[in-house]
Amino acid sequence: MTTAIELAAAIKRGERSAVSVAEEAFAAISARDGEIHAFLSLGQDHAMEAAARVDAAVAQGAPLGPLAGVPVALKDNMCTKGWETTCASKILEGWKPPYDGTVVERLHAAGAIVVGKTNLDEFAMGSSTENSAFGPTRNPHDLTKVPGGSSGGSAAAVAAGFVPLSFGSDTGGSIRLPAAYCGTVGLKPSYGFISRYGLVAFASSLDQIGPFTTTVADAALSMEVVAGYDPKDATSINEAMPDFTGALSKGVEGLKVGVCADLLDGAAPDVARRVAEAAAVLEAAGATLVEVAVPELKLGLSAYYLLAPAEASSNLARYDGVRFGLREERDDVVAMNTATRTAGFGAEVKRRIMLGTYALSAGYYDAYYGKAQKTRTLILHALDRAYESVDVLLGATTPTTAFGFGDKVADPMSMYLSDLFTIPSNLAGHPAISVPFGTGDDAMPIGVQVLAPGKRDDLCLQVAAVLEAGAPR
Amino acid sequence: MSMEGYETVIGLEVHCELKTASKLFCGCRNAFGDAPNTNVCPVCLGLPGSLPVLNRHAVELAIRIGLALNCAVKPSNFHRKNYFYPDMPKDYQISQYDEPLNEGGSLELPDGTVIGITRAHMEEDTGKSTHLGSSGRIHGAENSLIDYNRSGVPLVEIVSEPDMRSGVQARAYAAELRAILMAVGATDGRLEEGSMRIDANVSVRKPGKPFGTRCEIKNLNSLRSLQRAIEYEAQRQVNLLEAGERIAQETRHWDEAAGRTGTMRSKEEAYDYRYFPEPDLVPLVPEEDWLAEIAASMPALPKQRRQNLLDLCGADDQATKDLVATVVDRDLDPLVIEATLAGAPAALALARAANELDATAGLPSGPSFARTVALEASGTLSATQAKAVLGVLATRPTDDPEAVAKELGFEQLSDDTLLTTIAAVLEANPEEWARYRDGDDKLAQFFIGKVMAATKGKANGKAVVAELVARRG
Repeated sequence: MTTAIELAAAIKRGERSAVSVAEEAFAAISARDGEIHAFLSLGQDHAMEAAARVDAAVAQGAPLGPLAGVPVALKDNMCTKGWETTCASKILEGWKPPYDGTVVERLHAAGAIVVGKTNLDEFAMGSSTENSAFGPTRNPHDLTKVPGGSSGGSAAAVAAGFVPLSFGSDTGGSIRLPAAYCGTVGLKPSYGFISRYGLVAFASSLDQIGPFTTTVADAALSMEVVAGYDPKDATSINEAMPDFTGALSKGVEGLKVGVCADLLDGAAPDVARRVAEAAAVLEAAGATLVEVAVPELKLGLSAYYLLAPAEASSNLARYDGVRFGLREERDDVVAMNTATRTAGFGAEVKRRIMLGTYALSAGYYDAYYGKAQKTRTLILHALDRAYESVDVLLGATTPTTAFGFGDKVADPMSMYLSDLFTIPSNLAGHPAISVPFGTGDDAMPIGVQVLAPGKRDDLCLQVAAVLEAGAPR
Repeated sequence: MSMEGYETVIGLEVHCELKTASKLFCGCRNAFGDAPNTNVCPVCLGLPGSLPVLNRHAVELAIRIGLALNCAVKPSNFHRKNYFYPDMPKDYQISQYDEPLNEGGSLELPDGTVIGITRAHMEEDTGKSTHLGSSGRIHGAENSLIDYNRSGVPLVEIVSEPDMRSGVQARAYAAELRAILMAVGATDGRLEEGSMRIDANVSVRKPGKPFGTRCEIKNLNSLRSLQRAIEYEAQRQVNLLEAGERIAQETRHWDEAAGRTGTMRSKEEAYDYRYFPEPDLVPLVPEEDWLAEIAASMPALPKQRRQNLLDLCGADDQATKDLVATVVDRDLDPLVIEATLAGAPAALALARAANELDATAGLPSGPSFARTVALEASGTLSATQAKAVLGVLATRPTDDPEAVAKELGFEQLSDDTLLTTIAAVLEANPEEWARYRDGDDKLAQFFIGKVMAATKGKANGKAVVAELVARRG
């Protein structure tokens, strides 16, 4: 597998043509995506035209963007102008946004070739991509296993070698969990580092776009391209970004790494073993290991499953059949709204809308939404305290390796538990990265997670680069 | 049945559309009367993935309103008010809830009564529905058309305390509030275009007793309907109470044609709006410097401007107050002040401004107005002539009033001609002259009329009276 950096360099030097790179990507997709189902839609015509433009620019010696000619896949909850954006939901089937999201604009400007839109759990709600209205994605390492979710299609597209780079969104772990299950790097950046303009909202205060890559260096390059202030997103951070790529070569000499038992509690033995090995790799590279307890992290799951559905219940109200997407015709507007939403949303989306509506209802607000907000603050403060004594936290990304299809569908609670270790970073707005680190007893990939304080995505990348170099082969 | 023994208690909620160039959360034009759905974009259509960004000028106007109403301007927050309605694209309205921008102010009516202001908060407007079919309402409509041009237009909602006690007083409050809103440049004050929309909360009680159950009346499109609706509603409530019935808390619709209120929805049907903090926006904390800048640039308010004119006229009789109110309401006070400073008598300038000037027809320039009033004051022009000159100046504002007078044939009569004419008139009407001499002053008007007729209006009434008085001895 060639990395994004290698591909961009080869194209720039004229050793590879962007058209041939794109053709290869489509050939690989055509050969294997029938069984994997990473993609919901492909944009071959536009991609080939864009690739030809890159080649023309190379021929003319014109300036090239940092991702010129690199094939990229986008989770199908990112708005692409004139290109169907479904969120894997029947309610948005056929909807073509009249605009590109900011990340999409920045990728185009950097010369990236968007080849397709990837599968997800409907509206990014799920941990397995089984909640897609258009059928699940399969894990390229074992087609009987889920790829994780909700960005399962984006993870699988990189893991299968279709593209070196894809983007997903992470609300409670939706990048890191599938990255771990599929054996790719997955970064959830600091909240506010990457514009959410054009990302179809699930839970606005938690959603963050981030990359899937095969290497940590590609993740850093992706951040160079898409991160940074956007006036179209009021929650975007208007500050200079850290040096993402520069962090890769810093090493971990002198860094204090908090090994956090609360990010391992309940993890399977093979996962726990890999985390211990990862800690040893960092120690051998000069880091100091410190045992850190942050028991408040356990509260995150309950808080998350009130806050995220509460915001979702409001964010998803607009799918009412009036302006776009599905409409089930009825004689009056209320009946039309109801019929449209009944037909258009899947079971998990309905479950979360109901949970969230309840959590915000008069008389229950303080007990549910209000208390969850307080818990969120508690977790943020607990992490702040932890970072007074350590630079980063190390733990598992997921409690287990990828599970089989249908294993957890009947029991939403067990599915929700998959997000236990990833949720705290979303609640805190902090960055976290999942790095592939060997395999489990079932030979499936395992990811270890590095958490850093807010706006220190560079620290995540810095530590991840060392783990990548020391990972079991 | 009469209102005897009952007191009406009224609080008003006034929605003011802010006169900004663009909408509250996007760059679309904020304009009334454009072709439907031409001033729209992903943000104000609530398309998936779009995000709101707060319009700074709208905040400035809202702060001006707060300052003009003596409110405390505070750090505030936006909330989402969730309910389904087809002309509300996101199916939630971004509004302010428990942390409004402006809190706790007051408004002084021209008669000195002080009405408390609870709050003045910011929110976005909805689109506008037109229901086709016999009912004209959403229920029973065959089709509904929605214009989203108004969607996202900035509003400030000004909520009064229940301090008003009659329809007349409520009307005076609304008129004074409108004058203030226009003076600070927040709105054009056009009620018929919906620039100001008024809801009235009305209850009745026996004086000294606790507040009665209130009803909210909507669809009050003019100051006149506001007064009528309140008077109707108060009487309706008294009739119910006198008949031994209870008042149901409900929202009522004012039917202007029928002159009555009718039930819109009862308290049981009231929405649970599930307010929660808008996660797409950050807290609104106006910087101290900015607040100081806005405070320093506040224009004189109507109350102050009325006082300035009264001081200038050196009078405070009701007739002068009425003229002053008219002049300030029409923004003509600068003309009166300029004329007075140029030496014209203030009372005459005030009367001419109030009765002869009409901004829609055109206004004279300051110097031309001042000169015309001065010519009349000195007796060079009669009142009739001065008014005619002002009429011409409406379309030729900077013309020299003396040249206009000449053009109109208003050459001043020579003293000889005047005296000869008066003598002839007295001779022709000996009976009236005798009565006048005996002290019947009313006959002065009779002689003025005769002299005017004989001189084709060129005579100066004051000069005629002066001669009559001199001859009476």
